[in-house]
Amino acid sequence: MRALILVGGFGTRLRPLTLSRPKPLVEFCNKALLLHQLEALRQAGVSRVVLAVSYMSEALEAAMREQEQRLGLRISLSHEKEPLGTAGPLALARELLAEGEEPFFVLNSDVICEFPFAALARFHRQHGGEGSLVVTRVEEPAKYGVVVSEADTGRILRFVEKPRVFVSNKINAGLYIFSPGILRRIQLRPTSIEKEIFPAMAQEGQLYAMELQGFWMDIGQPKDFLTGMCMYLQALRAQHPEKLHSGPGVVGNVLVDPSAKIGANCVIGPNVTIGAGVVVEDGVRIKRCTVLEGARIRSHSWLESCIVGWSCSVGQWVRMENVTVLGEDVIVNDELYLNGANVLPHKSITESVPEPRIIM
Amino acid sequence: MPLKAVILIGGPQKGTRFRPLSFEVPKPLFPVAGVPMVQHHIEACARVPGMKEILLLGFYQPHEALSRFLVAAQQEFKIPIRYLQEYAALGTAGGIYHFRDQILSGGAEAFFVLNADVCSEFPLQEMLEFGQRHGAAHSFVILGTTANRTQALNYGCIVANADTQEVQHYVEKPSTFVSEVINCGVYLFTPAIFQHIGEVFQRQQQELALCPYLGEESSNGWQRAEVIRLEQDVFTALAGRGKLYVYKTDGFWSQIKSAGSAIYASRLYLNQYSKTHPERLAQNKPGGPIIRGNVYIHPTASIDSTAVLGPNVSIGEGVTVGAGVRVRESIVLHGAALHDHTCVLNTIVGWDSTIGRWARVEGTPSDPNPNDPYAKIDSESLFRDGRLTPSITILGCSVTIPAEVVILNSIVLPHKELSRSCKNQIIL
Repeated sequence: MRALILVGGFGTRLRPLTLSRPKPLVEFCNKALLLHQLEALRQAGVSRVVLAVSYMSEALEAAMREQEQRLGLRISLSHEKEPLGTAGPLALARELLAEGEEPFFVLNSDVICEFPFAALARFHRQHGGEGSLVVTRVEEPAKYGVVVSEADTGRILRFVEKPRVFVSNKINAGLYIFSPGILRRIQLRPTSIEKEIFPAMAQEGQLYAMELQGFWMDIGQPKDFLTGMCMYLQALRAQHPEKLHSGPGVVGNVLVDPSAKIGANCVIGPNVTIGAGVVVEDGVRIKRCTVLEGARIRSHSWLESCIVGWSCSVGQWVRMENVTVLGEDVIVNDELYLNGANVLPHKSITESVPEPRIIM
Repeated sequence: MPLKAVILIGGPQKGTRFRPLSFEVPKPLFPVAGVPMVQHHIEACARVPGMKEILLLGFYQPHEALSRFLVAAQQEFKIPIRYLQEYAALGTAGGIYHFRDQILSGGAEAFFVLNADVCSEFPLQEMLEFGQRHGAAHSFVILGTTANRTQALNYGCIVANADTQEVQHYVEKPSTFVSEVINCGVYLFTPAIFQHIGEVFQRQQQELALCPYLGEESSNGWQRAEVIRLEQDVFTALAGRGKLYVYKTDGFWSQIKSAGSAIYASRLYLNQYSKTHPERLAQNKPGGPIIRGNVYIHPTASIDSTAVLGPNVSIGEGVTVGAGVRVRESIVLHGAALHDHTCVLNTIVGWDSTIGRWARVEGTPSDPNPNDPYAKIDSESLFRDGRLTPSITILGCSVTIPAEVVILNSIVLPHKELSRSCKNQIIL
C-alpha cells in the first residue's frame, strides 16, 4: 500500500524549533515525528510513502534515505513549487499514488495518536465508498471543523466549520484513506480538501467516518506539543511500561534516553522526556517538559512546561515555566527567570523574562 | 572637650514606608548589615574621644526590644546610652529643645544630632575639627554631600560660600533647583542652638495665641507651638547669618526610607566592614558555604556547604539555609528557614519565615544609577499608573512560601501562608 504525508512548508507554528530542523525531524518523545508515522504505516503494510513538501530540505532528504534502509520502505519527495493547500498535493503525486491501483493513506504530518491504519483500511474496504476519514472526540468541538455522520454506518452527512451551537463532538483527525478514484476530483491547483472536495463527496454519500480510539493531538505548536507528549506517555504506560524510566526521584511517566545522565537529588516528572546525551545536574526539578538531544540543565534549576532545544545550556538556579521554548544552542545564564519566553536559536539570555515574549 | 550625641529615632507614625517590616520591630532597630540600624550610629559616636553619653530621642512607647538593645549596647560600647521619650511627635528640633537640660547636663560643650534613618560613614571627628577651624565659637555644622541636580530636589538643599563653607541659603525639598549640596541629617551643635530654637518656639506660641481657632494657618500647621523642625524652621532662618556651616563629605551616604534602601545600605556598610569590622565578613572555608563578595552570617546560623551566598547578603540569628540554596542582594532575618535549592534575590525574608524547596523569591532592586557618582537611591512611590512598581520583595514575619512557586516583586504581610505563585502583588 501507499501513503502520502502532508508535510507542508516551514512549520512556522513550531518555531523556534523548526528554524533548526524541518518539522518532521523534530523529536517527539525521543523519536522524530516522521518516524512515529512511518513506523505505524510500515506496520499496516505500507511499502511506499510520498512526502508532500513545499520546502526542500537536505536534512529531510538525508533522513529519508536513512529510514528507507532501516524500515524497508520506499520514500519519495513530492515538491510543491507553489503552495497547493491540503488537496493539491494529491494531484501533484497523482502518478505515484494511482500506480498501486489500491486505496492509499493520506495524513497530516502534525498528528500524533495511536495510528489505526490497519483498522482504517478494513473499515474502508467494508463500506466500499470513495473515502474514509478518522474522527476523534473532543471536549470543545467549536474550536475545530465538526463532522456529522450516521451513527451506525459512519456515513458522513456534512461538515460544519466552528459551529456556534452544539452539532457534534467529532472532529476531523487528519488521517484519511482514499480509493484512487478520488484523484479525478482534484486538480493541480491550490485546493482545500475540507472545503472543496469533502463536501461534494459527502453529498454523494461517498465519505465515511471512523472513530479513533485512544489519544489524539495536533502537535504543531509548543503548547499542544507538550499536551500531546503527556498523552503519548500515558499510552506508553498502558502498553509498554518497561520503556518508561523509574528510579529514585522519578515521578509519574518519564522517558529517558539511555545515554542521558541525571544527577543526584533531582525530582524528574511527571510527564518528562529526556533526549540523547542530555546532562541534568544535581538538584534539578523538571515537570511536563521535553529536553532535546545534547542539552544541559545545570544544578538547582526548576523547569515546568518547557521545551529545551538541542544543545541548549540552562544555567544554575534558573526557573523556566509557562511553555518557555528554547531554540537550538541557547544559553540561559544562572539565576534567571523565564516565563513563557520563546527564544530563537543561538541566543544568550542574560536577563530574566518575567512576562511571555519572543526573544530574537 | 565633653561631647554628647542625640540620635533621633522617630516613632510609629514615622517610617510607614518601612512596613510591613516595621510592624515587628521599630525601624531604628531593623538590622542593616547584621546589626540594628542605629547601632552603626552608636558605634560612630562612641569612637569620638570625649563622648560622654548617647541619647536616643523618639516617641515610641517603651518597647522590650528597644530596652534590650540599649542594655546590650551600653555593655558593648561602655558608654551611657538612654532613651528619652517625647510625649508627642515634637519634630526634629522640638524634641531636643524639650530635653535640652538632659542634653547639656554634665557640661557638654557640643553635641551631635543624627537622624536614625540614614546610613553613613559618620565622619564625626572630622566635623568636630572642621567646626573648630571655621566660623565663630558658637557656630553649627551640617554634614552635607553632593547629589545630582534632579535628585537634590528631594532633600534639604544647601548653598554655601565656596571659601568659608558658611551656609548662605537653606531650602528643604525645593521645587526648583537650588543646589547640589544636600543635608545628610547629621549635625554638630553647641548649646547656643537652643537659643535659636527657643526663638522659633516663642514666635509660634505668639501666633497660636493670636489665632487659636485657625491652627491650620500657623507656620508649622500644628496646634502645638512645641512642634519645631530643624530643617524648615531653624536652618532656613539661620542661613546667611554667619552661624551655620556645611562640612561636605564624599564618603558613602544614603537615606533608609524603604525596604529597598535597607538592602542598599547593607551593601554600603558591608563594604565598610573590610576596614572597620573584618571579623563580621564571612570567609570561604572548607566545609562552609561558597561566599561571593561581602556577606554577613550570624554565628548561630546553620548553612549547608553547597549553598552559594552573596554578594551583599546578611544572614540573621538561627537561620537555616539548605543544600544548593542561592542568596544574593538580600537580608534574611532571624529564625528564617530556606529549604533546598531555593533562589532568593533582592528580597528581605522576614523573621521565622519559611521558603519551600525550589521556590524562587525575587525582587527588583531600586539602586541608584551606578554610572553617576552622585546618584542617590530613589524613594519611589509604591504604585505608578495604578500598578505596583517593581521593587524589593518583602516577606513579613512568619510567612510560609510553599515549594516550587515563584514570588516576584511582591510584599507579603506577616503570618501569611501562601498556596501558589504571586507576582507584582501585595498579599494582605
